[in-house]
Amino acid sequence: MTEFTPIASLIGGALIGLAAVLLMLMQGRIAGISGIASRLLPPWRGGIAGPLGFVLGLAAAPFAVMLATGAPVRQAVSSNLALMVAAGLLVGFGSVWGNGCTSGHGVCGIARLSRRSLVATAVFMAAGIATVFLVRHVWG
Amino acid sequence: MTFLINLAIGLLLGTGLVVSGMSDPAKVLNFLDIAGTWDPSLAFVMGGAVIVAFLGFRLVLGRPAPVFSDAFQLPQRKDIDARLVLGAALFGIGWGLGGLCPGPALATVGLGAPGVLAFVPSMLAGMWVARRLADGQGDR
Repeated sequence: MTEFTPIASLIGGALIGLAAVLLMLMQGRIAGISGIASRLLPPWRGGIAGPLGFVLGLAAAPFAVMLATGAPVRQAVSSNLALMVAAGLLVGFGSVWGNGCTSGHGVCGIARLSRRSLVATAVFMAAGIATVFLVRHVWG
Repeated sequence: MTFLINLAIGLLLGTGLVVSGMSDPAKVLNFLDIAGTWDPSLAFVMGGAVIVAFLGFRLVLGRPAPVFSDAFQLPQRKDIDARLVLGAALFGIGWGLGGLCPGPALATVGLGAPGVLAFVPSMLAGMWVARRLADGQGDR
């Protein structure tokens, strides 16, 4: 069980949306994390300063939150490393192959009412729900 | 300048991920577990992010250009192809296995959980392979 946190989740979501708006205002780009992360990898096209800064900012966030709140950031991750390697390969390959992930399609694309992003979001939600159902209730 | 802008926006987005609870795979997996210990919090994350991005994009895209770039770079494609659907499905399966998508994984890599440390390099490898294959198909 995890605690239902509508207020914190709504506020955190609004911050994510604000970051997407600011990236569009400043750089004219979609805040898609899979696209940003993949631009860190060779072959480098169009400069690495932006993606590098963005990912370093992301990675600093839990420490900033811990400094501000004085409370540790909770994270429960599977310790099955083979499972996490498989999950990482699928997430990395799938997000680049499908041109986006939760941020690019799920937030920015839907906010732009993009048909491709609506379809992608419906597909990855359905695939995620089906996977959890199989893992927890069929095989589990 | 590009580096600093991206650093600040990445920090903001990462803070949103942490505050919203999306950086905790347990919450993500419980959101996807509609037949079990369902935690609807992530619907509020997405709702908050999409509402802010929808309103913000309308304001920002009314400008002739972004502040630090010549033009807005928006995806132009409208067609739904097999690649989009396959990529989103693979991404969703990986998301359902590990409870991590690219933003939360990169945002929490510094917390040092073994599962995240296994996930991130695998994700980057998956992205690299997908980009190589996509280049081989003559796009991007």
